[in-house]
Amino acid sequence: MALRTTGLKRILAAATVALLAACGSGGSGGTSSDGTVTLEFAQWWGAELPAGDFDKIISDFTAQNPTIKVKLLSAPYASTKQQLVTGAASKTLPDVVGLDGAWVSDFAKQGAIADLSKLMTEAGYNPGELASQVQIGGKTYMIPVVNFVYPLFVNKDLLAKAGVKDVPATRTQFLDAAKKISAAGGDVKGWALPLDTAVPNGVQNDVMSWLWASGGSMLQDGKPNLTSAPVKSTVEYVKSLNDAGVIAPGSLTMKEQDKVEKFTTGQVGMVIDSLAHINLIKKNNPKLDFTVAALPAEDGFTGKRGIPYASWGIGVSNSTEHKAEAFKLVQYLMSKATNAQLSTIANGFPGNKTAEPDFSKSDPLFKAAFDIYQQGYPANEFVGLPKSEDLMRSFDEQLQLVLTGKATVDDALAKSQESWASVIE
Amino acid sequence: MTSLMASKTAAPVEQPPPPRRTMARRLVPYGYLSPTIVLIVVLMVIPIVMVISYSFRDNVIVQENSVFAGLANYTKVLTDPDFLAALQNTAVFISVSTVAHLLLGLAFAMMLNTQLLSGVTKAVFRIVYILPWLFTIAVIAVIWRLLLDPAGVVNYVLHTLGLIQEGVNWLGDPGKALWVVTFINIWSGYPFFMISLLAGLQGIPADLYEAAAVDGANPLRRFLHVTLPQLRPVILSMAVLDLIWTSQQFALIWMTTGGGPLNTTEMLSTYTYKQAFSEYEFATASAAAVIVLLLTMILAFFYVRQQRER
Repeated sequence: MALRTTGLKRILAAATVALLAACGSGGSGGTSSDGTVTLEFAQWWGAELPAGDFDKIISDFTAQNPTIKVKLLSAPYASTKQQLVTGAASKTLPDVVGLDGAWVSDFAKQGAIADLSKLMTEAGYNPGELASQVQIGGKTYMIPVVNFVYPLFVNKDLLAKAGVKDVPATRTQFLDAAKKISAAGGDVKGWALPLDTAVPNGVQNDVMSWLWASGGSMLQDGKPNLTSAPVKSTVEYVKSLNDAGVIAPGSLTMKEQDKVEKFTTGQVGMVIDSLAHINLIKKNNPKLDFTVAALPAEDGFTGKRGIPYASWGIGVSNSTEHKAEAFKLVQYLMSKATNAQLSTIANGFPGNKTAEPDFSKSDPLFKAAFDIYQQGYPANEFVGLPKSEDLMRSFDEQLQLVLTGKATVDDALAKSQESWASVIE
Repeated sequence: MTSLMASKTAAPVEQPPPPRRTMARRLVPYGYLSPTIVLIVVLMVIPIVMVISYSFRDNVIVQENSVFAGLANYTKVLTDPDFLAALQNTAVFISVSTVAHLLLGLAFAMMLNTQLLSGVTKAVFRIVYILPWLFTIAVIAVIWRLLLDPAGVVNYVLHTLGLIQEGVNWLGDPGKALWVVTFINIWSGYPFFMISLLAGLQGIPADLYEAAAVDGANPLRRFLHVTLPQLRPVILSMAVLDLIWTSQQFALIWMTTGGGPLNTTEMLSTYTYKQAFSEYEFATASAAAVIVLLLTMILAFFYVRQQRER
């Protein structure tokens, strides 16, 4: 009997160790015995801000709301995306999530993120201050907290060396400037076009931006409209830049960071890039003399210019038991003072219309970009589209065929239209 | 010992039956094994079974009302031109990589095992040759992207030497990209072959070479009839393992070309990733993953059989 008891104890001990080893911590936040709610907040913002800045903003929130604790899950953008995609699939999203507009449609379709319109109503929140909301089927699923615009970055030294006096404002002027910069000698080219298919956002930021800058649209009544004259004109224009030899070589596998690096080192004269990269460029090459400008539009265009943007968006998990507390955190981040503070340290533009970022300590280029932003309108038609990355990739592949002479513009656009139509129903 | 002697001399006596092992005692080994068993079940068996089940359903994960789809996902994947291109690219990538790993690894191992070089020289070369193995794939990808940039070091050197007239677009040219990523993979992977083969070479008895020399065998014949047969088990094991590992290479491709340009470096791993995390087609991604699993199991079968023969 003693032997049996000892044996059973051994089995139990071994099995307990096994279970402990197999069980890891996971899942979203919970409620402690004293009623304190712990929210998990997964985002990539903390990783992109100066160390400790975002923690301070969050600690101010928890000081104001002693019954709520916030556990920040900060990781780089790509890691956060993978974590959220798998979390959405397994219905284990953290309570509050940082969102990119490109993910919203798919997460909403999966039922992974909550209807914020309902939470706003329940909390008595007035959305009038919000600069924008990302809606699917009339319901808000994401609120842009900070917006980052993508103006035209111009190397003033290279422009002057090429004999171009003014920053190009039209497509013709841009082509002319790019040709002159490319002809000025060395291995310098006029423009960089990142078309890497691993992260195909070059289609959004560097190709479709030309369309939006001239007031064009790739959609009509929510359906793809890629065979329209404005889209064709845009692709033909990009092809003309390629044919003129003004695009930096290697564009078919060039990544966004390569584009920034080439501009920083003076290998290209002009790029369309995120305003968030100003500090990085100045840090890596303090001597670089550059400016930002609105994207060139079609000759003769006099309307408002769309300027591409990306957002730090926020959403709430549909599976969290603490939606009210989660929305309190959303409200706090969207409040006038906090939103202005976050926008200032992120070098972005606020998602709250009444928030005023403090540019007094920032580079003057941010103020210039803010003026461009206010004169035009934020444009990013990929926000809210289903499988937007896949849409970009299929367009990217067709554009690569055009640029390598393996397809005509008409054929490429017809195939892209067909591909997109099967996704956007 | 005493009892053994006694049993030899004494008349045969019926041995008492061994004490009956209690249930608890019989289960003790399983108790000790249970941590490993639980981990294998949780981390391997359950995910594999789930992926296999997903591959036979439609609208998995993204919708709650997934339905049984039979072999539809497999049909879709196997008739997808992108998958077939990825299969072909993967075959080229892993076969060329493995052969090159073997040849380079053997050549360097023989050099490090030769008596013609001093110990110090061999130690220096051993460090130099093993360096690529010390870098993570992310670092390797970044280094080679910089080196192979159209305005990078490689083109500069080749241009300076007069071997090229203008910058070559190594990773962005559809005709070159597959061979270039294969080259990078060869560079990063040969040290493992080299170390394993060096260990094998050092285990070959010197007597065999002496006997061959007495029989009049020249160095080539000694290599062909002593070295290679002695290394055969190591070579076979390494080759099969390398085929399996290389077929699963994802990070290098993703961080250098992303499968482009024009899908010329698309591999089964990148194809599956895109299906899952870009198109959210988890069912077809699962079907592709199961096909990769089956192909890998064929290689694993040969590996296990070869190990048994040893």
